[in-house]
Amino acid sequence: MSEKTAITLIINGRDYAIAVEPRRTLVDAIREDCGQTGTHIGCEHGVCGACTIIVDGEPIRSCLMFAVQANGKKIRTVEGLADGDKLHPMQQAFMDHHGLQCGFCTPGFLMLAVGALEREPDLGDDELLDLLSSNLCRCTGYQNIIKAVRAAAKDMRKG
Amino acid sequence: MTWVGRAIRRLEDPALITGQGRFTADLPAVHWVRFVRSPVAAGKLTNISAPKGAMVVTAADLKGVKKITPMLHKFNYKPVGQPALADGVVRFTGEPVAAVIAASEEKAEDIADQVELSIDETPSVTDARAALKAGAPRVHTEAPDNVILEGKVMTADFDSVWKRAHKIIKVEARSRRQNATPMEPRGAHASFDASSGRVTLTCTTQMPHLTRTAICDVLAFPESDLRVVAPDVGGGFGQKMSLASEYVVLVWLARKLKSSVAWTEDRRENLIAGFHSRDQYITLEGAFDKDAKLLALRADIVSNVGAYSCFPTTCGVEPLMAMAEMPGPYDVQQYACLARGVITNTCTMAPYRGVSRPVITFTLERLMDKAARAFAADPVDVRRRNLIDKFPYKSAMGLEYDDGTYKDTLEMAVKAVDVAAFRTRQKETRAKGRHLGIGFATFSERTGYGSPAFAARGMAITPGWETVIVSIDPSGFVEARIGSSPHGQGLRTTLAQIIADEIGVTPDVIKVVHGDTDRAPYGWGTFASRSLVISGGATLIAARKVRAKLIKIASHMLEAAPDDIVLADGSASVAGTDRAISIAKLAREAYTQTHRFKGEIEPGLTETGHYDPPGTFSNACHVAIVDVDVETGHVKVEKFVVAEDAGRIINPMIADGQVHGGIAQGIGNALLEEIVYDSNGGILTATLADYLPPTAREIPPIELHHIETPSPNSITRAKGLGEGGCIGAPAAVVNAINDALSPFGVEIDEIPATPQRIRAALRNAEKTS
Repeated sequence: MSEKTAITLIINGRDYAIAVEPRRTLVDAIREDCGQTGTHIGCEHGVCGACTIIVDGEPIRSCLMFAVQANGKKIRTVEGLADGDKLHPMQQAFMDHHGLQCGFCTPGFLMLAVGALEREPDLGDDELLDLLSSNLCRCTGYQNIIKAVRAAAKDMRKG
Repeated sequence: MTWVGRAIRRLEDPALITGQGRFTADLPAVHWVRFVRSPVAAGKLTNISAPKGAMVVTAADLKGVKKITPMLHKFNYKPVGQPALADGVVRFTGEPVAAVIAASEEKAEDIADQVELSIDETPSVTDARAALKAGAPRVHTEAPDNVILEGKVMTADFDSVWKRAHKIIKVEARSRRQNATPMEPRGAHASFDASSGRVTLTCTTQMPHLTRTAICDVLAFPESDLRVVAPDVGGGFGQKMSLASEYVVLVWLARKLKSSVAWTEDRRENLIAGFHSRDQYITLEGAFDKDAKLLALRADIVSNVGAYSCFPTTCGVEPLMAMAEMPGPYDVQQYACLARGVITNTCTMAPYRGVSRPVITFTLERLMDKAARAFAADPVDVRRRNLIDKFPYKSAMGLEYDDGTYKDTLEMAVKAVDVAAFRTRQKETRAKGRHLGIGFATFSERTGYGSPAFAARGMAITPGWETVIVSIDPSGFVEARIGSSPHGQGLRTTLAQIIADEIGVTPDVIKVVHGDTDRAPYGWGTFASRSLVISGGATLIAARKVRAKLIKIASHMLEAAPDDIVLADGSASVAGTDRAISIAKLAREAYTQTHRFKGEIEPGLTETGHYDPPGTFSNACHVAIVDVDVETGHVKVEKFVVAEDAGRIINPMIADGQVHGGIAQGIGNALLEEIVYDSNGGILTATLADYLPPTAREIPPIELHHIETPSPNSITRAKGLGEGGCIGAPAAVVNAINDALSPFGVEIDEIPATPQRIRAALRNAEKTS
């Protein structure tokens, strides 16, 4: 169980050569072995979505994937969302529409929405509501998250 | 144009949206802790055996560590102590029994799995009414009948007025158990500094200073040797304002190991042992005259407080607040109440957003709807006849309500929702077998109360006041150090708005510092809808002093009368002239040119404000429209309308966000969320797939309407509003369900109103009809 495997995680374009136990979850590896603590852990059961990141273009729960499964895959986390000082439209929309309060679930919501909209830019309002119901937020009552994501979807479509 | 009143973007957000927030679990540590927890609800702990070579700490190692024993000096309170780790007896499933220390979280978890507890199980009791029965298992020897606290009140003319009643209406309400469920579970990191001998405890707390006081009390060392830091905290909702015994163990370990130790609670631990709330039975009777005017109220409140008494509020927080605030927004001067706190073999109860008020509002609003039925009257009209409309109003319990708009918010909500149109639609859809309902809840929300309110409960520790220190440094930057400890409420932004208006700078040059006992003045933290009122008031007082000093310095330097100095846009200027000096320059002079002021002005630019207000009442009317599927018992909330008055609003965007979040929690409370114990005291709801906070799909669009009645009891004129959303929502939703089900002769007086409960009620009605 405790024998370690050498893997490389490619997080936000940077290689991290690490050695992990096969049982190590991807989120633990990202946070502890790679020091990228912007991705949060809310339940470790794949329910709350706080740990959502983008792996090879797809939003996934990083608590439900083993780090070894992500070997060599392209990983994007909240730390890589902005382009230097320029916020991603999704980040800007969360600020503009007060889509966050404590901020703990926010990275998960940002990556969920960005990952989904990059794949399917034309998701309608109702489809977005379905998408957003896969993550939990305890502060905002979702009203402003929904507003922010709908606004950012428009911005992203404009490019 | 003032900064106050504007929906400016939050100063908190840039770090949080870029992954630069700093939460407790982000810190690296040398040692990691896993707690071994009791797998049973009650028993005698006879042995703990650990694998060879493992480092395991138990109560035997913690000799000399005092029990956590919060105190009330009233209400026949029986002080019971909680050991940091179970000492010979376990009293609830999940109680920490031993701490395993290892080099990583995984290793600690592996070892914890191998720790064997020998426990002789004893009978347990998890239900408060069962615990009141003669012969029930005894949880603590100090409380032989399991009643740990008892409050009684009866107004002088209660009996004579009761006898005059035209109708007595009764409701037997039941609120099941909830967990506040912040998205970030609890956690702590304690680090020993060899050079100073001090420990820094970084933890997920809403009250850093009181955490320091409490831990130093039980571990018996000076507070100067402990620094408590609340970094970014991922929601609290009350759960993080009570002292976690785990934090005591962490600080003890850091001192013992002279190193750093960390513990991150997992979701299962949080759901079974991270404090619960809301588990109450309330029987409420209302005596009405022939015009449906409420004459008197009689309440019997049974609050399940769990296995121990939470620190600092004590387990009196739910039953005593319920007793004090039961009459709510209604004018009723005769009142009798018996409120009991009952100790059981369940996770300890602690405050959760709204505390007892979601339950008392639910009960009282069920009573109003039942009265409407009994009098064949409109539920809105029954409320109209009974709402308070003269201020200040003194309640039967002696609480003074400041100016409010109880009737106006009701009328505003009724208009917004268009009740007449709804009734037509309801009729039409009913004919097609679809069951819509509308439900109202009117309520008052006592907020921003200072120390006298806590003293009235007989608390040995009476929080209430706040201190704020506002300073401008020689570089012209403004800093406000506050004793409150916000964790999502946007207080850095709203306090900056208050300061900006006083001293003529923009909010973005103001840094609000909180959550660090080394940097912030002693204060009570953020809870009970208090921070904007109390910390905001202290901020205003300190900022006005800074303003006065800036004007004095400017008057010296610009050789003008103080009355002619205007502070705006980062400068002090002389009205009607072009003479001006920047505020940054004034600040520089305050430190570096004091000789010029000839001893008339003290050096530096640091001022302190203290505020301890009497308290203020916000008010609101919530309206829910629901669609009940009578075949499955599923409830869809279609629409939610709020008309609320929280005094002067400092930042409308943030205020609305608070209300939205509260309503979502209230809808969860009404329909979904329930901690379930089995008959042996084990927990059946230990994941978020079993305990169900609402998702975006369950929360309808929320429509908000505001009235701003400035409070005479708050110097910023603002009232608190953090809890209101979840206070009114359960009542509105369940009243709406009852309205939808009225053709079936069904009444639901229990929350959450789950599909199972709704179907059971419908089946019973079918059987009896």
